[in-house]
Amino acid sequence: MYIMGFWTTFYAIAFYLATLFLVIGLAYRIFQYAKTPAPLKVPTMSAPLTLWGVVIRILSEVVLFKSLFRSNKWIWLFGMLFHGALWIVLLRHLRYFIEPVWTWVVLLQPFGKYGSFIMLFGLLGLLVRRMFVERIRYISVPSDYLMLILLLVIGGSGTMMSFVSSTDIVQFKAFMLGVMYFDWQPIPTDKMLLLHLASVILLMIIFPFSKLLHAPGIFFSPSRNQIDNSREKRHVAPWAIEKFETQGS
Amino acid sequence: MAKAKFDVPAFRPYPVIPVIKSDAMKGNGPYVAKPQMQESLGYPGELIDNWQEVAIDKMGELLKKYRSLRVYLDSCVKCGACTDKCHYMIGTQDPKNMPVARQDLLRQVYRRYYTLAGKWFPKLVGAKDLTKDVLDDWYNYYHQCSQCRRCSVFCPYGIDTADISMAAREILDSVGKGQKYCNEIIAKVYKIGNNLGLPEPALRDTLEGLEEDIKLDTGVDVRLPVDEKGVEVLVITPSADFFAEPHIDGLIGYAKVFHQAGISWTLSSYASEAANFGMFIGSYENMRRVALRIREAALDLKVKRIVFGECGHAWRVAYSFLNTLAGPFDFLDQRYPIPQHICEVTNDLIKKGALKLDKSANDYRRVTFHDSCNVARASRMGNTPGGQFIIPRQIIKATCNHFYDMPEDTIHDATFCCGGGGGVLTDDLIELRVKGALPRMEALKYVVDNYGVTHMAAICAICKSQFTKVLPYYGFQMDQIISVHQLVSDAIILS
Ligand code: SF4
Ligand code: SF4
Repeated sequence: MYIMGFWTTFYAIAFYLATLFLVIGLAYRIFQYAKTPAPLKVPTMSAPLTLWGVVIRILSEVVLFKSLFRSNKWIWLFGMLFHGALWIVLLRHLRYFIEPVWTWVVLLQPFGKYGSFIMLFGLLGLLVRRMFVERIRYISVPSDYLMLILLLVIGGSGTMMSFVSSTDIVQFKAFMLGVMYFDWQPIPTDKMLLLHLASVILLMIIFPFSKLLHAPGIFFSPSRNQIDNSREKRHVAPWAIEKFETQGS
Repeated sequence: MAKAKFDVPAFRPYPVIPVIKSDAMKGNGPYVAKPQMQESLGYPGELIDNWQEVAIDKMGELLKKYRSLRVYLDSCVKCGACTDKCHYMIGTQDPKNMPVARQDLLRQVYRRYYTLAGKWFPKLVGAKDLTKDVLDDWYNYYHQCSQCRRCSVFCPYGIDTADISMAAREILDSVGKGQKYCNEIIAKVYKIGNNLGLPEPALRDTLEGLEEDIKLDTGVDVRLPVDEKGVEVLVITPSADFFAEPHIDGLIGYAKVFHQAGISWTLSSYASEAANFGMFIGSYENMRRVALRIREAALDLKVKRIVFGECGHAWRVAYSFLNTLAGPFDFLDQRYPIPQHICEVTNDLIKKGALKLDKSANDYRRVTFHDSCNVARASRMGNTPGGQFIIPRQIIKATCNHFYDMPEDTIHDATFCCGGGGGVLTDDLIELRVKGALPRMEALKYVVDNYGVTHMAAICAICKSQFTKVLPYYGFQMDQIISVHQLVSDAIILS
């Protein structure tokens, strides 16, 4: 029997912990957002009059970054390149988690491979703006730079493995599936891979504690997700009813 | 040209990115409310000893009550898209007037006390202890926000700095550091019934005087009734409409519209104020208390409909919050929207042909329209989204021949605030008000230069007062601001 090496044990456990942090952390934040009432109708007008309208409004923000487009074309462009490419790259990575690999994931591979350059380009654009546009530099704190750098490290090390120092992906897939099915297999110990995985794990852990909460946040933002129907339908928060409209209070 | 102790910003030749001038507007903020005012609103009279502890607890309470606050404080990615969107940033160049930086004043404290990252690594995530300096910054810069929501339109997550300003002011109030202007006005509403402290006999006198003026002017008996029971419509209008210029001409306009349409109506001496400054200070309790007066007046006078006069934030409270705060209004006529805006009423009547209008009466005016922020971004008129932009313009076009819109990025939901909203319409903030008006003044200058515009019409009492004051600083005349219903008043043919 194979005696697990240090790195295999380390990374396997780190993956479990990171997944716990990510899932429980995010679930907690989403629960918190969902249970906190929005006592007043505050959609930014003009707002949709129906639930369907709201769904479309949110989707246009999530998919197209509509407000950002109106607001600043450069940030929109870099943000779009980064997020768009990130999705493709992420989907491409599905091949390490499923067996057999779905056809569309196979077809996606070349796009994902080159998509990483677009992702890096977008990230660099955002970083350069953060450093050189005076107003953005003013509002940035160390974690804002570090977040971009962390993403650049993830993207950079991944791209390196695709194009420069390839790693044993068959072995890596065995490791990943092993982690998922609690049947650990040794991890390839190339430095680039270990760096890549370590930075991904770090990102997973800090996700629920950082501004990455904008991802669930956008769905809960009252200025975007409320229906404009305050005259037609009375909207009162439970705490307001309890405080003002309950007999004896 | 008015005299100023500060430099009035120059018109910018072409749209430029504002440069940062750190601490340009640092200061002690507006006058602080006196103890008895504070207490009549249910707040401590002056800054309490354990303010830090109470402020942090209050923040925690608000985080539990308002999802907006929590989501907004968590979600900002510091993308910077909002940094050049605030008229106060544009006019003052103080970086703390960038919406995100204004939010950060609260966010840094939120992170310090309510997030793990801020508790463990404050430097890393920009978290700060709540010190006296921070509290002073709150007081100063949260009173440099007119709660206009322009930043919210442009933020990818809709983060609304107005909401955060309101929460900050509620925290400041709860530790005993309220703003004199807002809190004094709310106290007056409780005591006398309106912001101006105009008692009932004076109100009656004023209205009688107006009836005489109209009679002299037109030869027709147009009434401005007060406290008449059993009429169709209760009109709730900002008290500035009773005697400030150009507001009063708007009020005359409403009276003529009701007269001509044969709709019986009344004002209420008990609820002789549409404004609700409870919103500006972010206080649900006070906002509710002010709003309930309207419900009581409607019940007492046994009216069937409630109509609001020209007032921006009052319309926000009316349209978006009245049903929440003082509803349900099942005792009113359900065939009409509750409440209704005077522009909706007038526009419907025009469409039905119930008003005879002579547009040429306004031929000496070339008019543009200022979208007031609270109407544009926080409420609606009519049945379709964007009705709040269409309806007032339809009224203007029905009453005058020459109408020109200001540049597209300064109207509709991208409108620039007059610079005086959100509880900053006070002389101790005049520098802020003048500087904050810059982008609107530039847009006005554009239509003046290109289309020979002579007048800017508005549907907000605060906008009208603010422009009357700041137009001269930019080389315009104070009477270039008019009420939309003044145009109606001048064009309407009475019988
Ligand atoms: S636009 Fe929104 S997310 Fe971007 S910096 Fe401003 S508040 Fe933050
Ligand atoms: S709400 Fe208006 S005044 Fe306040 S920060 Fe946003 S843009 Fe500026």
